[in-house]
Amino acid sequence: MTRVLLDPSSELSPTSRPRLPRLDSVDGRRVGLLDISKPRGDLFLDRLEQRLRERGAEVLRFRKPTFTKPAPLDLRQEIASRCDAVIEALAD
Amino acid sequence: MPAPRLPDGLVAFVKRDCPTCALVAPVLVELAAERALSVYSQDDASFPEGVEVLDDTDLEASWHHGIEAVPTLLRVEDGVEKERAVGWHRAEWKALCGVPELGAGLPEFRPGCGSLSVDPDRALELAVRFGATSLRSRRVELASREDEFEAMFARGWSDGLPLVPPSEERVLAMLEGTSRAPDEVVAIVPPDLVECSVEKVAINAVMAGCLPEYLPVVLAALEAACTDAFNVHGLLATTMPAGPVIVVNGPIRRAIGMNSGRNVFGQGNRANMTIGRALQLVVRNVGGGRPGDVDRATHGNPGKLSFCFAEDEEGSPWEPLSVSLGAAPGTSTVTLFPGEGPRCVVDQLSRDPESLARSFAVNLRTLHHPKLVLAFDAILAVGPEHARVFRQAGWSRERLLGRLHELLQIPGRELVRGAGGIAEGLPEGVADATLPKFRPGGILLVHCGGEAGLFSAIIGGWAGGSIGSQPVLREVRT
Repeated sequence: MTRVLLDPSSELSPTSRPRLPRLDSVDGRRVGLLDISKPRGDLFLDRLEQRLRERGAEVLRFRKPTFTKPAPLDLRQEIASRCDAVIEALAD
Repeated sequence: MPAPRLPDGLVAFVKRDCPTCALVAPVLVELAAERALSVYSQDDASFPEGVEVLDDTDLEASWHHGIEAVPTLLRVEDGVEKERAVGWHRAEWKALCGVPELGAGLPEFRPGCGSLSVDPDRALELAVRFGATSLRSRRVELASREDEFEAMFARGWSDGLPLVPPSEERVLAMLEGTSRAPDEVVAIVPPDLVECSVEKVAINAVMAGCLPEYLPVVLAALEAACTDAFNVHGLLATTMPAGPVIVVNGPIRRAIGMNSGRNVFGQGNRANMTIGRALQLVVRNVGGGRPGDVDRATHGNPGKLSFCFAEDEEGSPWEPLSVSLGAAPGTSTVTLFPGEGPRCVVDQLSRDPESLARSFAVNLRTLHHPKLVLAFDAILAVGPEHARVFRQAGWSRERLLGRLHELLQIPGRELVRGAGGIAEGLPEGVADATLPKFRPGGILLVHCGGEAGLFSAIIGGWAGGSIGSQPVLREVRT
């Protein structure tokens, strides 16, 4: 006997997207640092910024309004259009 | 599935179980002798005797040609119905057949019986069998030896408990619970941010064990959960133990038999248990939010299977929670709250409201950590025996909440890091300030529970306010 059930899922076949190639050097590249607004994330990112600048990178800082929600679309687009790479930092 | 073509000439639909059909059986024999007559029998291919009978016990012809009662007599030309007579009416039959005399000795008129093809018990089965449903979801065919319950576990649809198999018939029956169209989009469900149709909600509601009359509550709960204010995405992803808690107010509570009394947060009531479960299954199956994946809770809580209850409005000294949040009295609503498991407040001695308010305050003070303030909301679920103390003293909802706010002003020196020998706490800068435990509106007062027991309960929240989640009220629409 064949029984038929209705699929309760979103029926999205997960499409795997290839990652962008890794930068071979950060020298002369623009790196975004995204603070997710958790406590002490800024300490971690300050240190990362210092190390990146020592290696010749230009650093841009960004901040999500709250760590509990995904970054707003505008912010994601700004990062994507202005940066060669981004580091999203956790904290606590 | 296309409708089977009808033979030309006269076509009758009958069933043996119909007295009027038995009455007209001799008329059909009489007609068969003079005219081209085809007889479809719905329940017994040997009825009526004396004519050639087309077996319609699968009801395919009856269903496709919209037969609502038997006997029905049609006149068909080139496969197209030209005339129809329902029941036995001599003059109508004579005109339709073009014969001068018919059914001598029979009464002039007898109404027919209901056609089996519109029997309410079979209507959904037939709609599914003949492909008349507008359901769009992918069909998942199970193999002959596959256990359907195990198959649902294997496909990852379950929250860990068995599910009701979402057959097309059950989903169609579930959709009878709402006037909304199956393809209407209810919400964008995180974390995958997928458009979720009424149909997908119905499928998950079937699996959760809901009755169709619960569906409007599930739909309202999903709408509320998927607002930016409630932020079910963050609530799912958090390492804290909270999950969506649904408080139901208004007439729908009683209409669907929800529990607001004894064991209100516990097991045993189908509506309470399955409505919350349906919401969580939608987040799991449609939104893609699964424990260990986007759901990163450190401990979680058993209420993440389902946490849904009704307020005892009738026994309450106060207006319902929904009204305090702005709903019109008498409307059915859900209020979504990001909550952990309930915790009991025992006070068996307070008989005056001031003493009882103080008991509530010292318990509320400890929520998540006695040294953390302004971070979390809470539901204070006042039991009937505690509520009686406030009723007798004439304390309104506002008065109790106002008093709690006063009692929960905490000196900063008790809150700073290191105070009490505890590193957890607030920065030193607040040492000279006085801070409230809760933000304004951060305590939601609900009246519920059994009639005996001098207890109340606290349901702790998650990151409260705009940085995390705010309680969201939604009207239940049918």
